[in-house]
Amino acid sequence: MVEPLLRVDGVSKRFGGLLAVDNVSLSVQSGRITALIGPNGAGKTTLFATISGFLTPSSGRIYHRGEDITGVPPYRLARRGIARTFQIVRPFAGLTVHENIAIGAHLSRRSRAAARDAAAHVAQLVGLEQFLDKPAANLTVAGRKRLELARALATEPGLLLLDEVLAGLNPTELAAMVPTIRAIADRGTTIVMIEHVMQAVMSLAQHVYVLAEGRILTDGSPQAVVGDARVIEAYLGRGAAARLALAGAAHV
Amino acid sequence: MKALTPIVVVVALLATVPLITASNVVLNFLVVALLTALVGQGWNLLGGYGGQYSFGHAAFFGTGTYATAILQVRYGINAWLGFAIGIAAGAAVGAFIGALSFRSGLKGSYFALVTLAFAEVLRIIASVAPITGAGVGTLIKLDLRPEALQFQSRVPFYWIILGLVAVSLVIMRMIENSRFGAYLVALRENEDAAKALGVNTTLIKLGAMTVSAAIAAAGGCFYAQYFLFIDAGIAYGPWISIEALLAPIVGGAGTVFGPLLGALVVKSLGEATKLVAGDAPGLDLVIYGCVLILIVAFAPSGIAGLLRKAWQRFTVMESLRPEEPHG
Repeated sequence: MVEPLLRVDGVSKRFGGLLAVDNVSLSVQSGRITALIGPNGAGKTTLFATISGFLTPSSGRIYHRGEDITGVPPYRLARRGIARTFQIVRPFAGLTVHENIAIGAHLSRRSRAAARDAAAHVAQLVGLEQFLDKPAANLTVAGRKRLELARALATEPGLLLLDEVLAGLNPTELAAMVPTIRAIADRGTTIVMIEHVMQAVMSLAQHVYVLAEGRILTDGSPQAVVGDARVIEAYLGRGAAARLALAGAAHV
Repeated sequence: MKALTPIVVVVALLATVPLITASNVVLNFLVVALLTALVGQGWNLLGGYGGQYSFGHAAFFGTGTYATAILQVRYGINAWLGFAIGIAAGAAVGAFIGALSFRSGLKGSYFALVTLAFAEVLRIIASVAPITGAGVGTLIKLDLRPEALQFQSRVPFYWIILGLVAVSLVIMRMIENSRFGAYLVALRENEDAAKALGVNTTLIKLGAMTVSAAIAAAGGCFYAQYFLFIDAGIAYGPWISIEALLAPIVGGAGTVFGPLLGALVVKSLGEATKLVAGDAPGLDLVIYGCVLILIVAFAPSGIAGLLRKAWQRFTVMESLRPEEPHG
């Protein structure tokens, strides 16, 4: 079997008495969009923080291209080609959109001019070109999500970790963002996305992992996963799957 | 280079002062103001651009003064060489304190307190250690020769401090237009986001602190040669830490000209106070405190920020003027 681009092997993360991530293993194949879904508090963001080096796992290992990257600091991971966005957006608020993206572009470019040129190009890719000279603080929620994406993309990552870049968008913004993400994947960037917007997960992801109470509940194709009784129960409560099936039967 | 034009203009304007007046009062005032601007520029790099607020730049300033003085008085080393070694010693102290605080992840008020503590520890050591002259202080022997970096008139001192300020302005502008500068500003705005984009924030902060300390130390070296007497309270006292942060915050932290602008304003206020209230001890500090409160409350981006806002308002009004009202 081909070594996956990213392999998480039995990772746990404990905060005092709380086991936020419990022995999670998963693998991400190169060139695909993998989604990580699960109810609130399932440990998705903690798992992301562990993969991206912001947290060190309590146990378990993480491999990128077959090399152990457990405990490697975030800035080194960025240089290896792993970029992430933040669920709670973190713009450089006092700087312009152009400068924000240029910081990402500086990773592979020393010169200011080259970084700003590359940043303008990335802005076009994510549809921020008309906001380049605006302060990042003036962007709307949708604009800030795009900025998170643009900055990460400007580092030219091989693996992009997206933490709820679609959350909080209205249907129009959502319809505009989904093709943007697909275009990034089509350019050859492997994507792992945490997402609550199921409609987007269904249309974008090739493989889905479901996390609940810190553990991987199941994984598979999006269609297989949403039909899984355990997944429905994780979201809607015990017995929900049976009630839904009953209700469905009654309607027929 | 276009980016350097404003610096050339400002420095050229200041350079004409000794050609216009030979007044010792004016020159002395400007020398002290430029000295404040220099030390303030050091603080500005770390605090204004990097967002790491130091309350202890006296640690670097004082190291510069003592290195310059002690090397001459006790070891007979040439003053010019002592000046250079003083800058290096200040940078080394900055790198040391920076390495300790940034590697342990100190931020915000914790960083401020640790820098303050280091400066105070150095002050106490300097006030008892025999090599610094302890409580008596160190007097540099009068030797009015250019080789000894001492001059009959104040004018050469004025050229030297103006030259140092000019160099610090150019350094600041170069940092602004570099990746290092962009990373420094980014980590001020959001450190986690910068890390995620590949910025080794610890290393960038350490670099900024080292250069910042070197600039502040250069101010200290100059102080020693200009006044020829130092003691622990002068070298490592809180007064210089306060002036170092007051000038850039009043003038506009995170801007190239902020410290110079702020130093001129603050020092003018200090002189005005003396004229009105006489030489009451501590009164200038009271005035500084009031200015700081007013600036932080009403003009958080300093005088430079106020000017920029006024200019924007002006240009917006200009751009609106030709338009005819619609409807």
